Amino acid sequence: MRRIMQTAIAATTVALLATACGGSGSGGSTGKATETAPVRGSQDLVIWTDEVKLPAIKAVADEFGKANGITVDVQAVVNTRADFITANQAGNGPDIVVGAHDWLGQLVANGSVDPVQLSADTIAMYSDKSVQAVTYDGQVYGVPYSIETLALFCNKSAVGDQAFATLDDAVAAGQAAKDAGKVESALNVPVGIAGDPYHMQPLYTSAGGYLFGTTDDGSHNPDDLGVGTAAGIKAGQKISALGQAGVLSTAITADNAIGLFAAGKAGCLVSGPWALSDVRKGLGDDGYTLMPIPGFAGMDPAEPFAGVNSFFIASNGKNKNFAQAFVTGTTSGGLNTVEAMTTLFEAENRPPAMTEVREAVAVANPDVETFAAAADAAAPMPAIPAMDQVWTPLGVAYANIVGGADAATEMTKAAETITAAVAKS
Amino acid sequence: MTITDKLRTPTDGPPARRRRPPASTGVYVVKVVGLTLIAATLVSVLPTVVATGQWGFLAVFVAVAALLVAVYSTRRAVPAKYLVPGVTMLLLFLVYPIMLTFQLSTTNYGDGTRSSRSEAITRIVGTSAVQVPGGAVYSLVVGTQGTPTAGPFAFFLVDTQTDQVFRGTQTELTELGPSEVTVADGTVAAADGWTMLTRQQVNAISGADQPLDGFTVPAGDNAVIKVQGFQAITMRTPLVYDKKADTITNTDTGAVYHPERSSSGDRSFFVDADGNRLSNQSWGENVGAFNYERIFTDSRITGPFLSIFLWTVVFATASVGLTFFLGLGLAVVLNDPRLRFQRFYRSALVLPYAIPGFISLMVWSGFWNQRFGLVNQMLGLDVNWLGQTWSARVAVILTNLWMGFPYMFLVCTGALQSIPSELKEAAAIDGASGFTQFRKITFPLLLVSVAPLLVAAFAFNFNNFNAIQLLTRGGPFSSDNPTAGGTDILISYTYRLAFGTGGQQIGFASAVSVVLFVLTGAIAAVQFRATRFLEDVN
Repeated sequence: MRRIMQTAIAATTVALLATACGGSGSGGSTGKATETAPVRGSQDLVIWTDEVKLPAIKAVADEFGKANGITVDVQAVVNTRADFITANQAGNGPDIVVGAHDWLGQLVANGSVDPVQLSADTIAMYSDKSVQAVTYDGQVYGVPYSIETLALFCNKSAVGDQAFATLDDAVAAGQAAKDAGKVESALNVPVGIAGDPYHMQPLYTSAGGYLFGTTDDGSHNPDDLGVGTAAGIKAGQKISALGQAGVLSTAITADNAIGLFAAGKAGCLVSGPWALSDVRKGLGDDGYTLMPIPGFAGMDPAEPFAGVNSFFIASNGKNKNFAQAFVTGTTSGGLNTVEAMTTLFEAENRPPAMTEVREAVAVANPDVETFAAAADAAAPMPAIPAMDQVWTPLGVAYANIVGGADAATEMTKAAETITAAVAKS
Repeated sequence: MTITDKLRTPTDGPPARRRRPPASTGVYVVKVVGLTLIAATLVSVLPTVVATGQWGFLAVFVAVAALLVAVYSTRRAVPAKYLVPGVTMLLLFLVYPIMLTFQLSTTNYGDGTRSSRSEAITRIVGTSAVQVPGGAVYSLVVGTQGTPTAGPFAFFLVDTQTDQVFRGTQTELTELGPSEVTVADGTVAAADGWTMLTRQQVNAISGADQPLDGFTVPAGDNAVIKVQGFQAITMRTPLVYDKKADTITNTDTGAVYHPERSSSGDRSFFVDADGNRLSNQSWGENVGAFNYERIFTDSRITGPFLSIFLWTVVFATASVGLTFFLGLGLAVVLNDPRLRFQRFYRSALVLPYAIPGFISLMVWSGFWNQRFGLVNQMLGLDVNWLGQTWSARVAVILTNLWMGFPYMFLVCTGALQSIPSELKEAAAIDGASGFTQFRKITFPLLLVSVAPLLVAAFAFNFNNFNAIQLLTRGGPFSSDNPTAGGTDILISYTYRLAFGTGGQQIGFASAVSVVLFVLTGAIAAVQFRATRFLEDVN
């Protein structure tokens, strides 16, 4: 009997330890995620964002604090979105959270953010695309400040200093450089073993594909899935052809695409503003060209996803008045001023969502203007919950197609999986 | 030789009552300081616990403190002095979380279901409010007739267009003449009988559950005047909740929404007659055994379950077996006294262990890249390692071998050094060869001390989420079932089911944890029985 007890105790302990390890492991997949959210400060206005955005947000928030005689605390939180949702629900979250517009589906479903009421004049200050992005279920939920999207980087010494009119021209120039032994890859589009629908989106849309149709009011319709339609399959076949030609490869991943290009090993690269510093470091300030992604010859324009960075007001914040005064304010340090948006731009160097600021900085910052022009051609990433069901199946389909599988079969299967998952949610 | 044997020995005979010598001053001081710290900790957490009304926690804290004081303040209960800290920690940090996990597994807690039903309804109705087109915008000052925190409060509003001045309460809006108020810079500065609040004071009473939370002034035609920052705007909500009928009506369109369970089965939404959802907000509910039913009936889970379970067992067995034999082999070789630079080799071999695991795994996932990876480049191969199921499985096991062998090497080195050399010498005199010595003497003795660690290592690898997630993310996937990848083990697979596609299903994930816990526990129990036999043989 004692022996059985001992066995039971030992087994339970091991199982407990193992599940404890597994538990912390699942949280710690990035190695940082186990850090707990910071304790909410006692300041008059508390803002959460990520480390990258922190300096810009701090600059503009401090100005608001100074103008209103209040204390402001901007905190960098590792898992900003998840921690915000949890903390807000528990009543110890921030007053404002800064993040990408496509968080909205999740934030609204959890009732974590309040709509903001902006006057028509204020809304008119921002680009239509950015306003469209922060609108969810017919309500404006945030104030946009910068737009991120993909563009085409090319290596001058490999493919020359030219603006490509079509993506085929860029591919051809890249292939020529590859044949000449100058580079190892004609065009770096991250695919990886699991596929990468985000980076594939410009190619997919240019070849005629779409993800979700739109309803009359301009919002995405989860019941109209474009992946398995004739258009989606045709786009899949174009991707398949590029895979067969060796242009697209599962060996190019989000982890190595930028590094290889910056090391001069690729003709062109599809990537976003976050690649700029690596590219400049690797190829020199004058070693690359940058342009909005052109479409394939004789096909549709490329329409990459746009991500709009925005300020959202927490529904359970302790300092709602100051939060609203900051986010909806048009005077005394409020966000909706040219000064505030310029401060944000100067600290972050991302294409501004406010039209006037964008025009003011265009000449001095040609790369920013190029990304802004790319954003004009982009479509805000759908924030609807159905989008969550798209990434994995569509990614797998892309990876398999690039690896040589039949495009029609793969796209149809992906569409079936997505439709079933959307219906279940 | 077990813990219980040790504990039992002193109590086996009749307890010998003898006066112990008085404790030294040092021990006494430590005791007093320790007990004071316990009391101080209790006192310091009390206000928070009481303020948030967590009476269960309060009872536990008080009980634990009382127990600690009772056990350590007297000189009685000596065994308890050793047992209490460990048992308390076990209960608080292992048993309690498991109970919480179990409790959570009977709810639908997750994205969209975090709030209570009434909160969700308030938010659905609240977020539908829009500014009345062309409606008035006012500058706002809040006045009080009582204290700045309790009120009664009123809004003092100045229309930014017409400069008309109003006083608004929750029941009425009154226009004020110039004689009644002083207006400066477009805002009300003073009014007879009212004290104006500062912005900080207003902000302090506007948070959730504060006096000004939900304070609105009726503005006629279903519209209300609502605070926005330090302005007030005219807003209107088209939605009305009817508590009796439990429906939400859109007064603009006439559509009536009633709560209905969605096809996912664990949550409800407000839908209209055609089944269109009013909002994606749902609410928390107890769902009983639904999450467990789902584990055993959902075809997405049960379909690939068996093959994933088998691969999990293969992965854990191969990881433990290979790392053990490699570690053991190296340990035996490096344990030979004739070897020079023993220490150097030992330090070098422990290096993989010194690098943080997630960094090694990220680096290795790059090594396996088909075109740019170190493995293919060094071996002159063109294998799409992580792109095909079997090669990916080999890659995962080899990587885990690299990650894990230093641990086994360390363990075996320690165990080898604890085996008395006389035994081997005696065997050598009896004429046993080196291999026979190892097989008959060293290995069995080593296994006695190492076997429990192998069981633990198996249980760890059974749930080695990092090794899979950081290396392959469970891939490669087939387009037939993108939720089950070729290298998925149970924990990475269920992680994706619960969290992978956007919405977090924490209730479901908890149910999966409980099932995995039972599974791992059962396997560990079987293995411990097996190691027990091993011990008996010796």
